[in-house]
Amino acid sequence: MKDIKFILSGIVFGVILTKADVISWFRIHDMFLFKEAHMYLIICSAIATAAVSVLLIKYFKIKSLDKKEIVIEKKILNKGTIIGGGAFGLGWAITGACPGPIFAQIGFGEWPAIVTLIGAVLGAYSYSVTKSKLPH
Amino acid sequence: MSSILNTWPWYITGPLIGLFVPFLLVVSNKLLGISSSFQHICSIVLNTKKFSVSGYNAASNRWKFLFVIGILLGGLFCKVLLTNPGTTFLPENYYTAKGLTLLFAGGFLVGFGTRYANGCTSGHSISGISTFQLSGLIATVSFFIGGLIYTHFLFSLFN
Repeated sequence: MKDIKFILSGIVFGVILTKADVISWFRIHDMFLFKEAHMYLIICSAIATAAVSVLLIKYFKIKSLDKKEIVIEKKILNKGTIIGGGAFGLGWAITGACPGPIFAQIGFGEWPAIVTLIGAVLGAYSYSVTKSKLPH
Repeated sequence: MSSILNTWPWYITGPLIGLFVPFLLVVSNKLLGISSSFQHICSIVLNTKKFSVSGYNAASNRWKFLFVIGILLGGLFCKVLLTNPGTTFLPENYYTAKGLTLLFAGGFLVGFGTRYANGCTSGHSISGISTFQLSGLIATVSFFIGGLIYTHFLFSLFN
């Protein structure tokens, strides 16, 4: 049952990403060309909605469903945030897909995205084996 | 009826995407993030024990793998029931050997970069910034620097 919950919420998330057009290479390209506001409006309204929700969770001390205190994972900040972030940005502009949309593109039948995914898995693997030699 | 098949407006989809942050926090105390799923695929394809040595916690990220399977099914659902025929998300030239090579290189950068940066658009830009973490903002600026460099300076070399 625990597994089903994540698959079902993933399906809803995938439908929203697809219908929002954020899985479109053309939209990503136009975003980086500053040709249209579509992507910026989606990203900013998503952040704003999430931020207000998080503040409400904190203010009302809302607990998770298993009655535990909600703990927000700390994101590490180091050189990797900038170097890795820049590398991801290049890849995002090339493939027209950040990690979630890669899976939505595959599901939608854009089969070249399978190659994007293979590249991404190998990229993640390469990072894990070179981690100790990279600046952090 | 036809409008639901078109692109949904940003003021519907943006807030809905944002609501996944409180939803996942309340339902399972997880911070929305997706790029760790690549590592999870590695740990399935490779020997899990060997992979756990490199500091990857498979148990705590298993949900992301299930989540991305859902995303894939969501894409399929849209293709079958919720999209105008003829809708495409990738340019035609990506269906060639040259295009696939470019996608592979781009995919590699996505996988390598997101793990090096410890997050992607969902983990850093949405979850990170909305929980007021400086790393989220710095990562997002870096994503855009990379994307702008490719689109404005390199794109014409490869296309």
